[in-house]
Amino acid sequence: MNAATDHDVILKLEDVSKVYSGTVAVKRANFEVRKGAVNVLVGENGAGKSTLMKIIAGVEQPTLGRILLEGEEVSFSSSGDAVNRGIGMVFQELNLFGNLTVAENIFATREITNRFRKIDRKEQERRASEFLERLEAGIRPDMLVEDLRIGQQQLVEIAKAVSLDARVLIMDEPTSALSAAEVEILFKVIADLKARGVAIVYISHRLEELIRIGDYITVLRDGRITGQEEMKNVDTQWIVRQMIGSDAKDFAKADGHLPGEEIFRAEDICLPRVTGGLAVDHVSLSLRAGEILGIYGLMGAGRSELFDCIMGRHGHSTGTIFIAGKQVRERDTARRIRRGLALIPEDRQREGLVSILSVASNLTLASLSRFVRLFHIRGTDEKQAVTRMVRELAIKVADPAQEVSSLSGGNQQKVVISKALLTGPKVLLMDEPSRGIDVGAKADVFRTMRKLSRDGLGILFATSDLDEVMALSDRIAVMSNGRLTGMFDRAEATEAAIVAASALGHGPVPQMESNAHD
Amino acid sequence: MTDIPAKAAVASASSGSLLLTLMKLRTFIALIAVLVFFSIAAPNFLSAANLILMSKHVALNAFLAMGMTFVIITGGIDLSVGSIVGLCGMVAGYLVLNGIDLQIGYTIYFNVLEIALITLAVGILIGAVNGLLITRLNVAPFIATLGVLYVSRGLALLSSDGRTFPNLVGKPELGTTGFGFLGAGRLLGLPVSIWILVVVALGAAYLAKYTPLGRHIFAVGGNERAARISGVRVNLVKMFVYMFSGFCAAIVGLIISSELMASHPATGESFELNAIAAAVLGGTSMSGGRGTIGGTIVGAFVIGILSDGLVMMGVSSFWQMVIKGLVIIVAVVVDQAQRRLQSRVTLMQMAKAG
Ligand SMILES: Nc1ncnc2c1ncn2[C@@H]1O[C@H](COP(=O)(O)OP(=O)(O)OP(=O)(O)O)[C@@H](O)[C@H]1O
Ligand SMILES: [Mg+2]
Repeated sequence: MNAATDHDVILKLEDVSKVYSGTVAVKRANFEVRKGAVNVLVGENGAGKSTLMKIIAGVEQPTLGRILLEGEEVSFSSSGDAVNRGIGMVFQELNLFGNLTVAENIFATREITNRFRKIDRKEQERRASEFLERLEAGIRPDMLVEDLRIGQQQLVEIAKAVSLDARVLIMDEPTSALSAAEVEILFKVIADLKARGVAIVYISHRLEELIRIGDYITVLRDGRITGQEEMKNVDTQWIVRQMIGSDAKDFAKADGHLPGEEIFRAEDICLPRVTGGLAVDHVSLSLRAGEILGIYGLMGAGRSELFDCIMGRHGHSTGTIFIAGKQVRERDTARRIRRGLALIPEDRQREGLVSILSVASNLTLASLSRFVRLFHIRGTDEKQAVTRMVRELAIKVADPAQEVSSLSGGNQQKVVISKALLTGPKVLLMDEPSRGIDVGAKADVFRTMRKLSRDGLGILFATSDLDEVMALSDRIAVMSNGRLTGMFDRAEATEAAIVAASALGHGPVPQMESNAHD
Repeated sequence: MTDIPAKAAVASASSGSLLLTLMKLRTFIALIAVLVFFSIAAPNFLSAANLILMSKHVALNAFLAMGMTFVIITGGIDLSVGSIVGLCGMVAGYLVLNGIDLQIGYTIYFNVLEIALITLAVGILIGAVNGLLITRLNVAPFIATLGVLYVSRGLALLSSDGRTFPNLVGKPELGTTGFGFLGAGRLLGLPVSIWILVVVALGAAYLAKYTPLGRHIFAVGGNERAARISGVRVNLVKMFVYMFSGFCAAIVGLIISSELMASHPATGESFELNAIAAAVLGGTSMSGGRGTIGGTIVGAFVIGILSDGLVMMGVSSFWQMVIKGLVIIVAVVVDQAQRRLQSRVTLMQMAKAG
């Protein structure tokens, strides 16, 4: 790695503070961004990372402090200003227009027009496909964004930011919805940008990623910068200690309790795709009380769709499900929830949260009937439950009456998880539950999962993180192309076998598994 | 409607900004302003008789606006309420005069209570039709209720061939007398319609705040998909709000025909616009998810007093329209400005605090 002196500082924040009503998000931060390097920013959920980046990208204005771009003081009143000065950003929450095509999204506000000011669709799509090809995602530029899976949408966001040709490119948790293979591709793109002298700011909660691609690291804690180092001098332990002030809690270990009776069974679940073929292809599986069944698969393997079918979200899916041996005939989500199913959806913005309601209302939305006598919501009971969840999962919120959209990304995720837990389910479906939460919170969530399973809950959880699935599951199911391609007991599961199973039936993209984990 | 000033006052005590407080209370201030203005400008404005008369006018719009508020909070709109008012009035009038002919030489007459219940049921039924169109057949609320607007109005006109049902006093021997009670009767010195308004408004406010259904209404308007995954029965919630809106419209239809002792098929034309205006003036967001019953009622009072006051001052009805329009626009502009100002004020205070 190069010495620090090789990388000039292109952007500098001096004594920047940002206050929102009720919280100081960033306190007197000094932050330097270096050219041709990956500048990593880490910190707990709610530490102020996204806020700091939004200030650089012109989305938020600092309350106090200065921004220096190549030594010259600048102030951006909008993200347009920042883009004009060569600063681009991939936001943590997706900012795409679902009703427009991928190409239209990539060139939104910078449409390519011909002489008559008419949008040149062909040219836009041609250029868009250049960027998309670099990301090897198999996304066509004329696809509608709303038809893409969340991971693909994230790639579109990245393509959009890359297409800006920025000098400073900020990536706020770009990999949170990507699988290992896509992460590798993204890293190649980043290396390429770096070689061209672009300054990259990279935020992630996946510490191994940071160690691999970071050159400089800055740690934020409670809005203050608590550490700045060259990456070659640090290890994950150092990062964790700087972030949370103590060593990392281990992933909760299995406690050796034995699973009980079968609590859930799905038989022959099928879901046709709009475009033909099956998104879920004759999947059958069974789950015992107290068991954690991890479902591993690449992006688009059909895990989320399987969960949707189980929850009754697709009228046209077929197959039967049983809870505790009894067939569930109810076809709508509301009554399936009442039968003891609960889902933590993957896309918290679109499916997890009602963003204009308060944190408290969101937490209890799915479990209101528990606080109701006759038809009256008992305020004290509800408040107790809210306080308990806020404490148990350490949700960082000044006042639960605050709108949920004012929470940091990771804390919003905790709200979604808590909401499902409050329904007191028998079977819990978790779709990428650790998306965007910090190491501490991850350990908390996993510990909660262990505790729930000890209490006799059956848990199905989908993840594309191999370590996670290995560490947590009692059994591991692997899906690929809508089919169940493997089922392993923990004792016999090896990473190689899992990865191989996850690539079965992926004819056109054989290189996927080779670098899925190394 | 009493909880609005209280809440705002608490918030202002902490924020300490006078301007912000004023803006938060804007609907109330508007109400007080029109009251003060007209009590100076229009003689007799503050007389008890006039105040009671005005509240009776306001009540009609307030009923519709309450139903509309729930609909708008779920992210919909109900354009059919004015027509439902007309049709329900005709149903009530027809039943008082003609009863139901069973075609076997025998006619059933209903007493007034039964007539009222049947009419309410008709209103709820039309609301249910709106709801079914929107939830089962996926018609956009604007279009579905626009269609129902025309159909109901047409049915109202057909029911009497466009004529008025006059003189709804009923016949003592048939037991159909007493229809005038709703419109002209009084309890403890206040008109019956005001009492009904109080009851329905308290019920609606309670529903919005303390029942799961109320929460679900807000959740559906905020994010329908998330609500559905959380187990909210979105379709039932939508059915309810349109049925409630139909119910409110039926009440208005009953009260108007009772006041006039006659039913006219054109009654209620463009009432839906006044209802929307009152809801928006009271802080309901047209994009769904936000709104209060209290705010809506204050909004209805502002609009009602404004039109009655202008009439008393002898302002031409053309100018009345212009003024009403401006008030609505200003209200929404202030609403936007308040949100911006609010964040700025808190920012300044936090910055000062360190
Ligand atoms: N619009 C807002 N209004 C009020 N508070 C806000 C707003 N946006 C962010 N905050 C608060 O600012 C703090 C920092 O949030 P930020 O989103 O920067 O965290 P983060 O470090 O990106 O966390 P995460 O890892 O969870 O994404 C949080 O406490 C959050 O609640
Ligand atoms: Mg963030």
